[in-house]
Order: sequence, then structure tokens, then C-alpha cells
Amino acid sequence: MSRFDLLIDAHIPHLRRYARALTGDVARADDLVQDTLERAWIKFHLWQPALALRPWLFAIMHNVYVNQVRANARRAHSALADDDAAALAARANQSDMLEVNDIIACLARLPQEQREVLLLVSLEDLNYSEVGRILSIPIGTVTSRLARARTKLRTLLDGSGQGSLKVVK
Amino acid sequence: MSTDTAREHDIHAFVDNEIDAARLAEVEALLARDPAAATLVNDIREQRARLHAAFDGVLDEAVPARLMRPVRQRSRFGAIAAAFAWLAIGVAVGWMVRDARDERTRMPLPRQAAVAHAAFTPEVRHAVEVPASEEAHLVRWLSKRLGANVRAPRLNELGYELLGGRLLPGAGKPGAQFMYQDAGGRRLTLYVTKDADNRDTAFRYLNENGLHVFYWIDQQLGYALSGDIDKEQILRVARAVYEQLNP
Repeated sequence: MSRFDLLIDAHIPHLRRYARALTGDVARADDLVQDTLERAWIKFHLWQPALALRPWLFAIMHNVYVNQVRANARRAHSALADDDAAALAARANQSDMLEVNDIIACLARLPQEQREVLLLVSLEDLNYSEVGRILSIPIGTVTSRLARARTKLRTLLDGSGQGSLKVVK
Repeated sequence: MSTDTAREHDIHAFVDNEIDAARLAEVEALLARDPAAATLVNDIREQRARLHAAFDGVLDEAVPARLMRPVRQRSRFGAIAAAFAWLAIGVAVGWMVRDARDERTRMPLPRQAAVAHAAFTPEVRHAVEVPASEEAHLVRWLSKRLGANVRAPRLNELGYELLGGRLLPGAGKPGAQFMYQDAGGRRLTLYVTKDADNRDTAFRYLNENGLHVFYWIDQQLGYALSGDIDKEQILRVARAVYEQLNP
């Protein structure tokens, strides 16, 4: 485990960025990062240095996130993803930058599955096969989900600003 | 999959640098003749740019202390992991103590480093034995005495200039100290020892009477970076040291 902590440390900012975009809430995002790191710490003996560490950490984060969403959905009628949407929307309202507002609010309205694929590719620059492994889905699914996510985001962005009258449900 | 869908997917793959070499020419031809395809490319790129504009700021934020090891308090997982870690340390320490012939002289690495730091950083004229101007000689000499290749990391980008170094009596083994100084005259020291019994460790931290010491062991060499400036800053320097020594 000699270099494990150090290696992980280098990825924490990226984990935080992804978690922030995924949940839209600073504290929730850091809770997610913390849970992920704790899980990684327990599972580090399963990590092989030959495997890229970043996808491995993102895969752990995905599992933690999905479990949280499920657990929350069981506890309450509202799914965590809905809370995230609300948090993202709230955050968007607090932001000073209109452009940033738009994208954050629109991101919140994407289905969780699409949001994950979109962020892993477009924000975190992971390649399709890494994203497939992270989310445990075939590459074909990555491609189609990604295309749907981008189309939907485009539609949402068109409807949210620039005076467009397009109504987005 | 319809042809349209396949084409659309190709365009996404093109923007994401995922396109097969065999299909590249086909996609480029499509982009040249089909304005809708070109628009899609622009849309995808614009989304990318906007996502980065919205969230890249997070990368520059200071990482909250609760996310930095070894602080793990909140969850059950953390408690379990910490318990195992302490157990492992306890076993390791017990083993070392049992095994050590000269256990009384065996000071832990961070303590040796802290003592050496306290002893020599206040010195004005004799802070170092060999000045940075003779760095090549210094490094050769220390490497020879320690029986391992040691180097003085470059920390100029972080504002610390190498002053020089010295050889120190470690706990039964020689140690090397490199001293650095910033523009404000604040000093950091990097302490290096070699011990065949050393086992690799993670990055660890100790506060030794107000002195921050980050230390780790890598391939039998123990490193400890000490200073009484801001802890976060020392951590940054420690990371830089680690990265330079493990390219």
C-alpha cells in the first residue's frame, strides 16, 4: 500500500469535480467522495497497479452513488436523484453566471444514467471503454446513452435561455 | 441500428477521439457535406466547454481536511479501516521492537527528522555542511555514505531554494539532511535515511511540538519533510518531493 494514499490524493480533485456535477451540492458531493475513499481504502488490496487508478476510483464512486440513490428511494418516496436535481437547480439560482446557471440547471434534469455517462466522457475525459467498465455496461450502451444525454441536454439548453420559447417538460 | 443512428454515434465518437481509424475518413466526409453533422459537432464541443466552465473551479479548491488521510471519523467503514490500520501498525511496531537489537537508540523516522530540523535550521552560518553551490559533490557524498542514491529535489517552483545539506548520525545509521529556504527566510528540511528493515508506508503526518513532519518510506529509504510553516503548504512540497523521487 506504500504509494496508495499518495496516488489516490492526486485523484481527489477529480473525484470532487465529478461528484459536484453529479449531485449539485457541495456537502453531498464531498460526502460521496469521502464514502468512496473509505471504500477504496478497504478495497485497495484488490487494486492492481497495472489497472488505471482513476477508472477504478470512479467505479467505486458509481457503486456508492447508486447504492445511496437506492437506499434513499427505499426510505423516502423521493429518490436521491430528485434531491440532486433540486440541489442542482438551487445551486444554479445562486450562481452569478447565466451560462453556468443554464448548464447546471439543465444537467439536473437529465436522468441519472445519462448524467453519469455525459459527465464521465465530457467532463472527466474518460474513454468509452473505461466508462463502460465504470458503469458496468457494454460500450454500445455507453454510446447510445451518451448520444441521448447530449441530445437531451441540447434541447434543455435551447429551452432554458436565450429567450427561446421552447417548452421543456 | 439504423444508419442514421450509426452515423450519429460516429460523430460523437469523432468528437471524443474514439473513432476507429477505418471510419475517420468517412466521418470527415460526412462533416464536409452535411451541415447538420457539423452543427452536432459544434454542439458537443460547446457542451464540453460549458461543463468545464461550470465545474473546473472545483479542481482548484482546497481539499477539505476530512477527505485527507488519515482523518476518517464519520463512517463505520472509516472506523473499521482505522481499527485495522492501527492493529497493523501495532503488530508492525511490536515486531520491530521485539526484533531490534538496539531498540533504545532506535528513534522513529519523524522524530529523528524533527530533532535534526530543530538542531540546524536556526543556524545562520553553519546551517549546512556542504552548500548548494557544490550540489553534485553533496549528492555524491551523501549517496555514498547512505549506500543509496539520494537526490536533492528541486523545489524552486514552490518557492524553496536548496541551501545545501549535511550528513547526520541517525539511529545507528547515517542520515542525510537537505535544507531549503524561501524568500522570507523560512526553512524546510528533507531528512533521508536508509534502513534495510524499512517497509514501504503511506504518506504519514506527525506534529512534533508544533513542527509539521510529513514522512514516508519508499524502497528502504525513509523520507521526512519538516517545517513550521503552514501545514497545507508543507504537504504540497512533500507531494512535489515524492513525485520527483518517483517519476
